[in-house]
Amino acid sequence: MKETLEIRWHGRGGQGAKTAALLLADVAFMTGKNVQGFPEYGPERMGAPITAFNRISEKPIRVHSNIYEPDYVAVVDETLLKSVHVTDGLSKDGAIIINTPKSAEEVRGDLAGYEGRVITIDARGISEETLGKNFPNTPMLAAVVAVTGVMKKEDFFKQMEDSFAHKFAKKPQVIEGNMKALKMAYMVAQKA
Amino acid sequence: MSEQAIRERMSGNEAVAEAIRQVNPDVMPAFPITPSTEIPQMVSTFIANGKVDTEFIPVESEHSAMSAAIGSEAAGARTMTATSSAGLALMWEELLLAASNRLPIALTLVNRTLSGPININCDHSDGMGARDTGWIQIYAENNQEAYDNYIQAFPIAEDKRVHLPIMICQDGFITSHAVENISLLPDAPVKEFVGTYEPEEFLLNPGKPIAVGPYSISAYAMEAKKAQAEAMENAREVILEVAERFEKMSGRKYGFFESYRLEDADYAMVIMGSAAGTAKQAVDELREQGMKVGILKIRVFRPFPEKEIAEALKNCKAVAIMDRTESYNGNCGPLGSEVTAGLYRNKVFLEAICYTYGLAGRDFTTDSVKGIFDQLRTLVEEKKPIPHNQYIGLRTRK
Repeated sequence: MKETLEIRWHGRGGQGAKTAALLLADVAFMTGKNVQGFPEYGPERMGAPITAFNRISEKPIRVHSNIYEPDYVAVVDETLLKSVHVTDGLSKDGAIIINTPKSAEEVRGDLAGYEGRVITIDARGISEETLGKNFPNTPMLAAVVAVTGVMKKEDFFKQMEDSFAHKFAKKPQVIEGNMKALKMAYMVAQKA
Repeated sequence: MSEQAIRERMSGNEAVAEAIRQVNPDVMPAFPITPSTEIPQMVSTFIANGKVDTEFIPVESEHSAMSAAIGSEAAGARTMTATSSAGLALMWEELLLAASNRLPIALTLVNRTLSGPININCDHSDGMGARDTGWIQIYAENNQEAYDNYIQAFPIAEDKRVHLPIMICQDGFITSHAVENISLLPDAPVKEFVGTYEPEEFLLNPGKPIAVGPYSISAYAMEAKKAQAEAMENAREVILEVAERFEKMSGRKYGFFESYRLEDADYAMVIMGSAAGTAKQAVDELREQGMKVGILKIRVFRPFPEKEIAEALKNCKAVAIMDRTESYNGNCGPLGSEVTAGLYRNKVFLEAICYTYGLAGRDFTTDSVKGIFDQLRTLVEEKKPIPHNQYIGLRTRK
């Protein structure tokens, strides 16, 4: 693995791509890493394409620019494939992780000739099954951790359980569903 | 001590709010504006949860925020506020009053461009617009420096030799909204470091009545201004003393600026804020290729350390001076003007090229830095003349 792992998130305003990037920074921090999690701010509005970024490293991180040559790309909304150049600069040794019920073969045509790994995950389906609502960022986060191998599976689940217990202290009934969503997504992404 | 350090991760805004919680100032008048809104919001939460006993004054504008800050500081209360961009511009008249009345107010500025075009992202036009209002200005590269600078703000501003307001600046969104690792200090040593505010003279002191801000006739007003200028001069030694004391507590060293691989550098870049981190990374990569390059990262912009900068650059062959603001003066940005003037007055003669970068959130990358160093090298080695004022990172026609 190179010194700094760089990840770019594509989503639409309101879907939680920024939250997913901040959560990833959080769990990576918990496992002892140096982290950076930040969104690119434009005219914020629901539904507009947004980008968020992660750098994760053993060493202190000093660069404060956006990421143009990411190791991994996560696409939280598949409709972006038609309007945003999501694979720009993406390393062919890395991967793109897309929230879609379609197979990798079915979406590859929308990826501007990208030659690296394509991993599709039905984050919406998983979320609706486990949480009864469409919150794709939790399963997407699990998929990104599984594919990048940025931390051990056990550490990830443990950290997320602690973080959910804190975040949902007032509604503990949703913790189980969130953990189920994480584990399902992790398994699917690992097998892909 | 470093063994007491608390490993954390948080955004630049959270880091400043954490410092405010630890300092627990008496009064905070504030009006929200992106990207600094989170700071008064978090302080309000601390107040609601009983973590601090700060008096929060919700006001109807930034002009009122600074007016209220002047009133409460003059009354003898340790006072702070937060703002950005147009918010600072609206405070302008009051900024001058705060400084001339010698009130050590701390303002945390989250740098954002001034309109227009209207835009919420980072450049330094807000802080630079207030550069001659008599405030001390300190800039940060990241969340850690924003936190550390804030803790040092009160002991600098409140020192009897200084008695001036202070602006603690960080880059909007780039550091204010980026979550990064940080090393926090425990509450007790921070509180001890900052101490209790004990003004010698203040309005609510019945035993020693004073007037604040009265009319001054021409026979005396000029002396008041000179006294204020001397206070800014005095701030130099106080800033260094406070930094030394801070280093003893935290292990982190601060000065007027940071020299990064500058000792033997042929080519230097003078830069301020978050872009300095990006520039350091580029310097490491260029050094690996054998190019002798270094960075001078400005921390203290007011008072301006011209002698020390000239001394640090005297052995370089060329310097790039980076302004994250446009002065519209037909010349160059404030750093460009002041660094070149300082070099000349200290008889340090080298090629100096002024660059404008990163306006209204335009990204600045390691490639941008490498391109600039390459220009300096061709200027010196190939004697290829280049324009003295340039823009970096503009869109190009396809």
